[in-house]
Amino acid sequence: MELILEGIKKAFWLLFTFDPEVMGITLLSLKISGTATLVSLFLGVSVGTVVALNRFPGRRFVISLINTGMGLPPVVVGLFVTIFLWRNGPLGFLQVLYTPTAIIIAQAVIATPIIMGVSLAAIQKLPENMRLQILALGATRFQMIVILIKEARLPLLAAVMAGFGSVISEVGASIMVGGNIKGYTRVLTTATVMETSRGNFDVAIALGILLLLFSFIINAILTGVQQRERPR
Amino acid sequence: MNQGPPILSVKDLKVGRGGVSVLDVPSLDVFEGEFLSLIGGNGAGKSTLLLSLTGLIEASGGEIRFRGNAVSSSRDMLNLRRKITMVFQEPLLFDTSVFDNVASGLKLHGFPGKNIRPVVEEYLALFGIAHLSGRSARKLSGGESQRTSLARAFALQPEMIFLDEPFASLDPPTKESLIEDLSSVMRTKGITAVMATHDRMDALRLSDRIAVMDKGAVIQIGDASSVMNRPENEVVASFVGVETTIEGTVRDSNGGLLDISINGAVIRAVGDFETGRRVMCFIRPEQVTIESTPSRTSARNVFVGRIERITPMGFFHRLSIDCGFMLSAHVTHQALQDLQLSEGAEVAVSFKATSVHVIKR
Repeated sequence: MELILEGIKKAFWLLFTFDPEVMGITLLSLKISGTATLVSLFLGVSVGTVVALNRFPGRRFVISLINTGMGLPPVVVGLFVTIFLWRNGPLGFLQVLYTPTAIIIAQAVIATPIIMGVSLAAIQKLPENMRLQILALGATRFQMIVILIKEARLPLLAAVMAGFGSVISEVGASIMVGGNIKGYTRVLTTATVMETSRGNFDVAIALGILLLLFSFIINAILTGVQQRERPR
Repeated sequence: MNQGPPILSVKDLKVGRGGVSVLDVPSLDVFEGEFLSLIGGNGAGKSTLLLSLTGLIEASGGEIRFRGNAVSSSRDMLNLRRKITMVFQEPLLFDTSVFDNVASGLKLHGFPGKNIRPVVEEYLALFGIAHLSGRSARKLSGGESQRTSLARAFALQPEMIFLDEPFASLDPPTKESLIEDLSSVMRTKGITAVMATHDRMDALRLSDRIAVMDKGAVIQIGDASSVMNRPENEVVASFVGVETTIEGTVRDSNGGLLDISINGAVIRAVGDFETGRRVMCFIRPEQVTIESTPSRTSARNVFVGRIERITPMGFFHRLSIDCGFMLSAHVTHQALQDLQLSEGAEVAVSFKATSVHVIKR
């Protein structure tokens, strides 16, 4: 019990004194996961919209694939991204294994299907005649798609939050493709794993509190979004 | 009204869905400035016709001409969609303010930004929602939402407007005041309109012409009053509110006046058919007068009959009267009490010869 109390006390000390190491790890985490989320947002929304708005053979199969992708185990992603980026792998020439870029790639692979799946559902959930109404107001097809995405902005925000939430808290892929190199690829989750195994519970708890804080902020925004209703 | 070339005309318009034909309109013209209503039951093809006239769904065959020019390429379709617009049963508002909703179409058309405000304000006022300008579309009632949707469409100052059941989701008082405002906007702006509705009263109040649709086809089109009073077949008759449909034989035809024998009874009607011809007679229930005993009346048809059934219909009662043939009449609740009408009682019914619409059987 004392171990935990001591840990928490020290953790708050680390947080309130803006301990450079903890802050460095936090900023790097936000940068890596933020970039991965942005990449996923671009890929996820564009593919999600295309699938939502078009009828083509195999569409159901594609949707099933996307939905499956929403629950990809990070270690499996880590495994395959490592294989691809391995020196002799298909993308080995990029020489990015064990760099922040590798983590961004792995996290984007995890977050893209999540954002894709949610944006697909969000666009599909708009009233059926909405597309016709926008066209009837004289929109080109491109203008129509822009308005639809704008109308789905709240669920899309939820998608971004969900995507970001899942990548900032995953550890398997980050440790496999990043290698937990101090000051370079060490992020909140990989650092927590390491400090815990070393018995540095104070640092681990401080990092854990930060993760919880991000998770709380994300969920607070999500809840707010889900309570809003669409116009008639 | 029907002068000059039509603003919109279609030839051999066909729409299929999964190999099944859902719309087949050999020809339809809409004239400048008129209000045309498409009436018909669910699945009659009203919405499909509207959507194909506006180019929002692709027809499987046929030709659409707007002001004489064929609409064929997707470029033509966009040009057409910039000259017309459509309002749906659901308001389909964007998740923004009322003002921005009404401005949205103008922005899509590339209307110069500084000119948008006065136009939007004019149409907010015309539809009585100026006070809601800054309100979020999420916080509107059903009627306010539909007003916003109409203002958004009319603000485009289209050459034609298409309305798909615009009042179907509104409660009666809301609908009432919206129809008033809509018809006054229609009058001041003189826009050509085509409206789909399943409510013949709405159609009657707003339309110059009415087209009755059934099973993907236009089965009768004409002036609102002629469609109501002179249906060309039984389907139209039942849809426009004719409740008495009886079959008979012309016994005598003399100078436009007919004697039609029905189960031994004789109805006098106006029409031109040769003796011996089998005919159908349509009589609207509002045109039948009920009295307790036959009185002196100018009506050519006077019968005494027995009330078989009294059905309350809300503001009035429907009487089914057996006078050798079954006749349907409407009476007010007051009349029902004053005349002490009850099932089984005898009453005198009368209707004019001109109230009977006769068609070939």
